[in-house]
Amino acid sequence: MSHTFTLDGKVVPFVDGQTIIQAASAAGVFIPHLCYHPEFKPHGSCKLCTVKVNGRHTASCTMRAAPGMVVESETEEINAERRALTQMLFVEGNHFCPSCEKSGNCQLQATAYHLGMMSAHYDHFFPNRAVDASHPEALLDFNRCILCSLCVRASRDVDGKNVFGLSGRGIKTHLIVNAKSGQLADTDFTLADKAAQVCPVGVILKKRQGFAVPIGERKYDKAPISETAETTEGR
Amino acid sequence: MTYQLETAAHPETLRRVAIDPVSRVEGHGKVTILLDDQNKVHQVRLHIVEFRGFEKFIQGRPYWEVPVMVQRLCGICPVSHHLAASKALDVIVGAKKLTATAEKMRRLMHYGQMLQSHALHFFHLCSPDLLFGFDSDVTKRNIVGVAMAHPETAKRGVLLRRFGQEVIRVTAGKRVHGTGAIPGGVNKALTVAERDELLKDIYHIVQWSRDAVQLIQKVHTQDPGLYNSFGIFRSNFMSIVGNNGDLDFYHGTLRARDDNGKIIFDHVDYQQYNQYIEEEVRPWSYMKFPYFKSIGKEHGWYKVGPLARVQNCNQISTPFAEHERKEFVDYAGGSPMHAPLAYHWTRMIEMLHAAEVIKELLHDDDLLGSDLMVQGERQMEGVGVIEAPRGTLFHHYRVDENDLVTMANLIVSTTNNNQAMNEAIRHVARRYLHGREVTEGLLNHIEVAIRAFDPCLSCATHALGKMPLEVELVDPEGRIVHSLSRS
Repeated sequence: MSHTFTLDGKVVPFVDGQTIIQAASAAGVFIPHLCYHPEFKPHGSCKLCTVKVNGRHTASCTMRAAPGMVVESETEEINAERRALTQMLFVEGNHFCPSCEKSGNCQLQATAYHLGMMSAHYDHFFPNRAVDASHPEALLDFNRCILCSLCVRASRDVDGKNVFGLSGRGIKTHLIVNAKSGQLADTDFTLADKAAQVCPVGVILKKRQGFAVPIGERKYDKAPISETAETTEGR
Repeated sequence: MTYQLETAAHPETLRRVAIDPVSRVEGHGKVTILLDDQNKVHQVRLHIVEFRGFEKFIQGRPYWEVPVMVQRLCGICPVSHHLAASKALDVIVGAKKLTATAEKMRRLMHYGQMLQSHALHFFHLCSPDLLFGFDSDVTKRNIVGVAMAHPETAKRGVLLRRFGQEVIRVTAGKRVHGTGAIPGGVNKALTVAERDELLKDIYHIVQWSRDAVQLIQKVHTQDPGLYNSFGIFRSNFMSIVGNNGDLDFYHGTLRARDDNGKIIFDHVDYQQYNQYIEEEVRPWSYMKFPYFKSIGKEHGWYKVGPLARVQNCNQISTPFAEHERKEFVDYAGGSPMHAPLAYHWTRMIEMLHAAEVIKELLHDDDLLGSDLMVQGERQMEGVGVIEAPRGTLFHHYRVDENDLVTMANLIVSTTNNNQAMNEAIRHVARRYLHGREVTEGLLNHIEVAIRAFDPCLSCATHALGKMPLEVELVDPEGRIVHSLSRS
C-alpha cells in the first residue's frame, strides 16, 4: 500500500517496508551514504545518512518510512554533522587522493566534495596499515578502509565465501582476511566475486589498472554524487 | 675544479651573511657566506633546506601508482617525473616499444611542459634581472616591474606559459599533476577538437619564441664582458641525445663531454647509468653531489640543462632552433661556452625548439589514434631517463613479484647541477663581494648566478634516510652559538 512522508518539504511516496533512504532514492532524492548499498541489508554504521525524523536524529538506511513523517536531510545542521563524520573518516585512515587510483571514482571523495569539505580539520592519525599484494589479480590497500563492511556482507551473503571480516573493537576495529596467513592469496577470492565490486573507496582494487581511465571520464568527473547515487550499486 | 671556498678553516671567527630564502627560484634554499673583519669571503654554500622523502615512501606501493605519485615532487615540471617514472615502468611491464600514438602523446606533453617551464623561468623569474640590471631598484626588480616597463614582453611570457599548460592539460587531463602516461602507454589520445584549439595558437607561439631568442641574444651580446664571465667555471657536461645526436628531450642515449668538448662517454644505454654516475653525500646539504665514476669526485662533477644540451647535441631537428643553435655555437667560437648566463640564451633556443616540435606533432594524425597500450614480458627492474627543463632526470625502480616497489632511486636535474651552482656562486662571491660592504644588490648577484641554472630545490631533496641533518643556533648578530649534527 502506498503512503507518503515529507523530505525537506517534498512529498515522497513509499510502500510498506521501505526505509527512508530507499523511498528517497526511488523518488530521485539523494541522501549521502557510505555503508548503505541497495543490494544489501542495511548496516547503519557510517551514520552519514542520518536525517532528522520529527526532530530526532536517526539513520535513514535503518528507519522504515511511516506515513506523515517529517524528515529533514539537506539542512545546514545535518550537513555540518555529515561533514564532520567524513572528516573523521579521512583522518582515521590514510586517504591521499592525489596519488590514489580510485580518485574520481571514490564515493568517500565524492561525498566530501558534495558536503563542501575543504580540509580534514582534525589531526591525522597516520595509522600504520599494510598493503596485501599477495593475490595475483587483486590488491588490498587497508590504508583506505572506512569499515563500511560492504565487502564483508557481499562475500558472506552473495559470494558465500566469508573472505572478509571486521575484527577488533571501537577505534581498533579493522578489516581482516579470513585465512590463516591473513593473506588474500590464501583465500578463494576472485575478481568475479561481488565483494570485488562493492568497495566504495580504494581498498579492493583490480591489479595493474591504476590510472587507465583518463581524467574527465571517471564516474564523478561526469556528474556529482548527488546525481549518480541511483547507480551506486554499479560502482 | 676544486672545492675552494666550500669549507672555511675557522668558521667560528667569521661573520655569517645568509640569503634566506633565495628568491625567484622553484622551492626553498639559502646561501650562507662567511666573511672576516675585512669582508673577505672564506666560505660560500648553497644549502637546500627542504626535506622530502619520496624515495622512501614509494617503497611498498604498487608500481602503477608511481608515475602519478612521484610527480608530486614538483608543481613546476611534474610532467618530467611523470614521464621518467612511466618510462622506467615501461621497462617493468615489458613495453619495449610504445605505439606511435602513445609515444607522440607523451612527447607532446613533454614539449608542452618544456615550453611552459622555460617561459616561466625566463619571463617571470629572470627577465627582471636581465632587463633592469642585477643591482637595479629592488622594488621594481620583479615581474610586476617588467609588466609596467615592458608590457608586451610580460604578456607574451604569460601567454607562452599558458599555451604550454594547455598542451599539458589536453594530454594529461590537468594542467598540473595529470595522469596521461601509464606503464606501457597512455590513457588517452588527442581529440580533433583539442588539436584544432592548439593549432589556432601555435603559429604565433613559434614566432614569440623566435623573438624571445632574439631578445636574450641581444641582451647577452650587448654586454659580453659581463655575460661571458659572470660566475664562470669550467666543467664537464652531460645530457641524453637522440638519433644521430639530435637534441631530444624525451628519449635517447647518454653522452658526456669534458670542459673542452671532448667526449667522455657516448651512446650509453641509460639502463646502465649507475655504472657511470655515483652520488656523494656531504654533511652540510640535503642535496647529493653526483659525479662521473671514471673521473672521480674531485673532477668528475658536471653540469646539465640547456647549456649542456645545446652544446652536447650534433644538431637540432627543427629549422629555426637549429639556426639559433648555430648562431650560439659561432658566438662561442668553436669551444664550449661555460658562462652560466649563457643558460638563458640556450634555454630560449630550447623553448623555440619545443614550440616547433609541438607544431609538427599537431600536424601528425598519429596523435588521434586509438592504439594506446603495449605490454610484454614482466621485468623486475627499470630505469627511465628524460631531459627535464632543468636537465637530465633519472628514475630507477625495482618491483617485486607481487607488483610492489622495493627500491627507488631518483637523480633529479638540479642535483646534477649541485656542484656547478656552488662553483658559480663562489666565483661571484670572490669577484663581487670580496672585501666590499655587503649590499642587497651585491647579494642579488649571488641569486642571479643560482637562477641561471633554473634550480628546482623541492625536486632536489627527495631522498630520505641517507642525509645527515645539521642544525645551527645563530644569535641576532649572526654568530653560531651552538650546532648539532646527525650523520
